Amino acid sequence: MDFNYSEEQQMLADSVRRFVQQDYDFDSRRQVVDGEDFFSRAHWQTFAELGWLMVPFAEEDGGLGGNAVDLLPVMEEFGKGMVVEPFLPCAVLAGGLLAECGSDTQKAELLPALVEGRLQLAFAFAEPQGRFNLADIDCRATRDGDHYRLNGHKSVVLNGGAAEQLVVAARTGGDRCDREGISLFLVDVESEGVTRRRYKNVDGHGAADIWLRDVRVAEAARLGEEGKALPAIEKMIDRATLAVCAEAVGAMDSALEKTLEYTRTRKQFGRPIASFQALQHRMAEMFIECEQARSMLLMAATQLDANGGVAPRAVSAAKSRIGRAARAVGQEAVQLHGGIGVTDELDVAHLFKRLTAVQYLFGSTNFHTARFMH
Amino acid sequence: METSFNEGELAFRDQVRAFLHDALPADIQRKTLRGLHLEKEDYVRWQKILYRQGWAAVNWPVEYGGTGWNATQKAIWADECARAGAPEVLPFGMKMVAPVIYSYGSEEQKQRFLPDILASNVWWCQGYSEPNAGSDLASLKTTAVRDGDHYIVNGTKTWTTLAQFADWIFCLVRTGGPEVKNQQAISFLLVDMKSPGITVSPIHTLDGYPEVNEVHFNNVRVPVENRIGEEGRGWTYAKVLLTHERTGIARVPQTRRRLEAARELAAETGDGGPTLLENPAFAQKLAETEIELLALEYTELRTLAAVSTGQAPGPESSILKIKGTEVAQQVDELHVEIAGYYGMPFVPEQFSDGFDGEHIGPGDAAASWLRYFNNRKASIYGGSNEIQKNIICKAVLGLGG
Repeated sequence: MDFNYSEEQQMLADSVRRFVQQDYDFDSRRQVVDGEDFFSRAHWQTFAELGWLMVPFAEEDGGLGGNAVDLLPVMEEFGKGMVVEPFLPCAVLAGGLLAECGSDTQKAELLPALVEGRLQLAFAFAEPQGRFNLADIDCRATRDGDHYRLNGHKSVVLNGGAAEQLVVAARTGGDRCDREGISLFLVDVESEGVTRRRYKNVDGHGAADIWLRDVRVAEAARLGEEGKALPAIEKMIDRATLAVCAEAVGAMDSALEKTLEYTRTRKQFGRPIASFQALQHRMAEMFIECEQARSMLLMAATQLDANGGVAPRAVSAAKSRIGRAARAVGQEAVQLHGGIGVTDELDVAHLFKRLTAVQYLFGSTNFHTARFMH
Repeated sequence: METSFNEGELAFRDQVRAFLHDALPADIQRKTLRGLHLEKEDYVRWQKILYRQGWAAVNWPVEYGGTGWNATQKAIWADECARAGAPEVLPFGMKMVAPVIYSYGSEEQKQRFLPDILASNVWWCQGYSEPNAGSDLASLKTTAVRDGDHYIVNGTKTWTTLAQFADWIFCLVRTGGPEVKNQQAISFLLVDMKSPGITVSPIHTLDGYPEVNEVHFNNVRVPVENRIGEEGRGWTYAKVLLTHERTGIARVPQTRRRLEAARELAAETGDGGPTLLENPAFAQKLAETEIELLALEYTELRTLAAVSTGQAPGPESSILKIKGTEVAQQVDELHVEIAGYYGMPFVPEQFSDGFDGEHIGPGDAAASWLRYFNNRKASIYGGSNEIQKNIICKAVLGLGG
């Protein structure tokens, strides 16, 4: 049994860590988040040049291998550094669907551009009425000769503001919540009938609500078979869920480390507050949460790789447990920092916000506990 | 990263399964699976079977009769034993005193004591805690005063598990005077329970069973040759072994077996309408417990994997103690809820061998409450969970004070 990263994976982690240390301190990050795109195009180019955008893909798709475990070292370090560049929505999720469902022609056209950092993608799946149910798709794609016409409203599309192409989940058949009848389409954001409302999320990540009104999409822009997309969507959302779990584990480690550092230096009643047992035990519990979370992450990643990327119960168990840990560690980090913890100027407060978002991203803790049960 | 069993490990698992299938006596298995008290005879009979197979002392070095298994094999063994309903080997001789003897004892002591522990000929108990030395164990007051080639031992040990059956007791005693720092004043003594001046008085735990005892020492003469290692080093010996003997402390396979039993019972139990398993509040509690157990299983595997590559199991193993006991106690509570009213009757005799009266309540419902009461001990013994958090703070997180 061996839970260590391979030499390659370790090098990847080191390279992301160096980037965060050199180019992504808290103030630099703030400028990135406040910028027009809500992320840095220059950083994105760096990601491409360092080969990080190849990590989610198999070798035949121009990637580095694309195992689930390979995502962990990158996402953990992104989590520690609170990196907002759209690696997860663009490369892991939308890129993953393209690799999973796309034809050779579609892949040849788009994957090299993505991996080289020239193409921004987003996956538009969630809808206002559907919450976390991936089958609750009301957006319709109706046949119109050798085209489709798309109508619907997609909510909180991660990287939806910066994306040039969208992967859209739409219904070509069946009713809301049917497992059959969901198809995927590549939609150019410049197409007539696409409107976007771009915004920043609480965690600094960019997103958009997107409306499609009679958007004409060529049949050749459909990804995969008509009406059969749900299993691929579930597979890629599970993979993205694992990635966000890894990000959370990194963010939690960072929150604990910063809390330890703060309580060792902050003095009240004439001594460091870290000397008070009431606080020590809370930090011990944070540490236990971090370790239990990491165990679940490794469990889910190895289960995914052992089962061809399909291990829904393992992923949901991990998301449920890591969600609980993210809540506990995030809230405790703020509490132990006292007043400064609830101010915008403290990095820990931003870790807390991201740790809150990851509890709900791709399904809340309760949602995944229920999915694990069934 | 590699977490699945290889061919050799799978073959080992099959060998273990076949052995357990053939060798485990049905009456002992029945008691273990039902969570009932085992008699001394049950423990000894099983341990002697293991001894004849050469598998009694899983963790010992091979030269003293250990198995030579690696960490993965040990994990497989523990898992299969729990699955099969084999009783746990009592830790006091095999896991507690024997490692002290083979690590720090003299050659003569090794030859005198280890073979009888290995063969389960001698029953040991542990004399650490005292009425006024619990979490602060180093403040213990039992004295051992030198008198020629003997020590004269006076004091009281408590929470001594199953001392009523014991032939020998291993003790931490104070050999240094008040001027010596606590930790350097303590020595490790082996004492024959038949020595004049020892009396044992039972303590009944919440389930009504005399599981623990007080052991009183009144001018008990102990030969100096029964001291392990140097005088004043006993604390060090005991402590080193505490961090090194943590295999199985998480009790994952045992808890998993009880969790599965809870799921099966919950599917047959209901409040008139849907079963407990269909009750969302119960089902959620069950699922959360199962998820926590899964996390614990991997935390333990990570620790084992680190050990097998030569890293010492650090104070991180305190997590295994804390989470292992918490999750076991959660499972106990699931069983308490499943039992409902029939957890309430206090008729422990109906779970004893040879009971032929009228059985109250279905199955082992009444035993599950007793088990719940009994197992509140788990978060208290072996260094309470609060002490474990202190260890994490000091040794892992670098928080002083």
